[in-house]
Amino acid sequence: MNVSLFIPCFVDQLFPHVGLAMADVLERLGCTVDYPESQTCCGQPAFNCGYQEEAAKVADHFLRCFSQSEQVVVPSGSCAAMVKHFYKDLFRDTPREAEATRIGERTHEFSQFLVHQMGASDVGAKLPGRATFHDGCHGLRELGVKSEPRLLLEQVDGLELVEMTEAETCCGFGGTFSVKFPQVSTSMVEVKTESIEATGAEYVVSNDPSCLMQIQGYLTRQKKKPKCMHLAEVLASR
Amino acid sequence: MSVNTVQFQTDADRMQQDGDRREFLRTALNGYILTRSGQQSKYGDYEAARTTAAAIKWQAIENLGEHLERFADNLEARGVHVHWCSDAAEARAAIVGVLKKHDAKAIVKSKCMTTEEIHLNELLEKQGYDVVESDLGEYIVQLRREAPYHFVFPAMHLKRGEIRELFERELGDAPTDDPEALTMIARQALRQKYLAADVGISGANFGVAETGMISITENEGNARLTTAMPKVHIALMGIEKVIPRFADLAVMLPMLALAGTGQRLTGYNSQFAGPRQEGECDGPEEMHVVLLDNHRTELLAHPEERDALRCIRCGACLNVCPVFKNVGGHTYGTTYQGPIGSVITPHLRGMKDWKHLSNASSLCGACTETCPVRIDLHHHLLRNRHSAAESSGGWAERMQMRGFALVMRQPWLYGIASSLGRWAHTLSRPIHGTRLDPVYAWRKTRDFPAPAPKTFQQLWRERKKDQPPRH
Repeated sequence: MNVSLFIPCFVDQLFPHVGLAMADVLERLGCTVDYPESQTCCGQPAFNCGYQEEAAKVADHFLRCFSQSEQVVVPSGSCAAMVKHFYKDLFRDTPREAEATRIGERTHEFSQFLVHQMGASDVGAKLPGRATFHDGCHGLRELGVKSEPRLLLEQVDGLELVEMTEAETCCGFGGTFSVKFPQVSTSMVEVKTESIEATGAEYVVSNDPSCLMQIQGYLTRQKKKPKCMHLAEVLASR
Repeated sequence: MSVNTVQFQTDADRMQQDGDRREFLRTALNGYILTRSGQQSKYGDYEAARTTAAAIKWQAIENLGEHLERFADNLEARGVHVHWCSDAAEARAAIVGVLKKHDAKAIVKSKCMTTEEIHLNELLEKQGYDVVESDLGEYIVQLRREAPYHFVFPAMHLKRGEIRELFERELGDAPTDDPEALTMIARQALRQKYLAADVGISGANFGVAETGMISITENEGNARLTTAMPKVHIALMGIEKVIPRFADLAVMLPMLALAGTGQRLTGYNSQFAGPRQEGECDGPEEMHVVLLDNHRTELLAHPEERDALRCIRCGACLNVCPVFKNVGGHTYGTTYQGPIGSVITPHLRGMKDWKHLSNASSLCGACTETCPVRIDLHHHLLRNRHSAAESSGGWAERMQMRGFALVMRQPWLYGIASSLGRWAHTLSRPIHGTRLDPVYAWRKTRDFPAPAPKTFQQLWRERKKDQPPRH
C-alpha cells in the first residue's frame, strides 16, 4: 500500500523519532512510504482558538500537499480528527468541501490504519516491561479509537498491558488550554499521573504525542519514574 | 481580561493549592459515576433511550411556541395564573406582585435553579421577607450565604464536619456529624417553616403541554410540602422546560434520575395541575406559573446553538468534567456551572464577559459523551470560541493567529521559523523558568521539551539518501 506520512508540526520539531518509528512500522508491514515535504500543520491551533479563517488557510495548504496521496497516516489522534472531522465543517458550502471530505476519508490515525486498513495486530515488536495506555481524548471521542492500540500492544512480545483507572480522563493538555489555564491543566495531569503510578507501569503509551508531552513534562518535573512512549515507538521496538 | 476572567483564574489557582478539596470532590463524583453506570446497565438499550430523550426535547424546542401556548392554555383552564416574563426583572416583579397581593411575609422554597438565575432570594431578603430553602443542600448553602456549588448537588463541596460546625453556629444544635442526625436537625428547623409559610415557591423540571402540568423531581419530599402546605404556590420555570406529551415523562423522569443522581428513579416525582379544585381536600388555594425567557429565545433563534436548550439540568456533564472536578463549582461564578454552564452562560449573559468559560476547557468531550439528551457540548464550546474571536477577540491573539497561518502555509517560512525557533531556544536558556520565559506558564509546573537536534524533515532526507531506491 502507498502511504503518505503526515508528521504534525510539533512532532516535526520536538518528537521526530515518533515519525521515524511510524515509518519503520509501516515499511516493515510492506507499505511504500512517502513524505510530502511541503507539509506543515493541520491548522488545529488556530481552529481550537476560534480562528476559523486562519485555520482554513492552513487546512487549504494541507489539502494541496496531500492531494495526490492514496492514504495519509498520522501519529496523532488529535490531528487526524482535525483533518477527518473538522475540515468538512471548515469548508462547508465552499468549493473545497468535496476535496476536504475526500482527503478526510483517506486520512487515518496510526493504530486505526494498522488494524483496519492493514489488518495487522502483531507487527513483530518486542519490548519487555509493564505498560499502561492513555486514551487521548480526540482519538477516543472524535475517532472512536479504543480497542485498536490495545490490540496492537497486547501482541508486543514481553509487554504486559495494565489498565489505569483514569485511562479515559483528559491529561489536561488541550493545546492552548495548557497555557491559558496552566493551574487547571496541572491539576488534571496530577490526577493522570497518580493513576499511572498506581498501575506500577514503567511505560505510559499513547497514540497522541501532545498528551505524552504533557504527561512526560509533569512526570519529569516530579522526578517520577514512568517513561512516556508513543505507540509507534513501542511497535518499532525489536 | 474581564473581571470574571481574573476571578476565574484566582479561584482556579486557589483550588489547585487545595489538593484535599479536589480529592474530596473527585472521590464523591467517582462514586456517582460508579452508581450511575451500575444503573445504566439495567437499561435494555441505554443508547436508544438517550436518543429518544433527545428527540423528545428536540421536538419540544423546535415547536416551542406552540407547546408553550398549549401548556399555558391548559393551566389557565384549571385556574392557574400564568405569567409570561421576558427577563429576570419581570419575573421578580411577577413573583413580588403575588406576594404583595397576599400580604405574604414567610416564604418557603424548594430547590429551583431558575430562582438562582434571577437572584430571587437576595431580592426577597432585601425586601424583608423571611425566605427559607427547604432542600437540605440548598438550605446548607443558604445558611452559609453562598451560591450552590453544583446545580444538582448544591452543598457537595462540604465535609460533614463543616456542616456540623455550620449548624452549631446557625441553628445552635449539632451534637454529632452523623449525616442522619444532621438531616434531622435541619428537618426540625424546616418543619416549622412549612407551617408558617404564606407562599411556597418551586421550580419545575418539566412542563407537560398536553395536560398543563408541571413535574417536579426530588428526593426529600420537601417540594411536596412546599407546594401543598402554603395557601399559594408559585412555580418558576424556564420556557425550555416544556415537553409535548404526558407519556414523555415515562422516558424523561428515569433519564433525569439516572443522569442526575445515578438513581433508577428519584424518591418523589410529582405533577401539579392547578390549585385545589372543588371537592378536593388539600393543595394550595391559588397557583401561579411564571414562565421565564431571559435570553432563551435568543438561543432559540440560533440554528446551531439552539440544541443547548434541550438541557434537562441533570448535572451529568459536571460530574464527568475533569475541569469541574479540579476547579470546583464556585470558580465558574455562574448559576449553571460546568460544561453546560460554559456553553449557555455567554449566550444568556454576554459573550464579552463570559467567553473565558469556553476557553477553560480542554475540549476532551467527556461531557458530550455523557449528556443524556445528546447535546454536543464540547463542540458548542468550540463554536463559542469562534463567536468570541469574531466579536471580541484580543488584538494580540488575532495577530498571533494570522502569523501562524502565514507561516504554516508557506513551507519556506516554516523552515525559517523552525531554525529561528531553535536559535531562540538556545539563546533564551538563561531565562527558562523565569517570568521572562515565553512558556513560563508551562514550565512553572512541567518540563517543556527542547527542540530535537534535527527536525523530522531533515532526518527523513538523510534517511532517503542512505536508503537505496526501491524498484
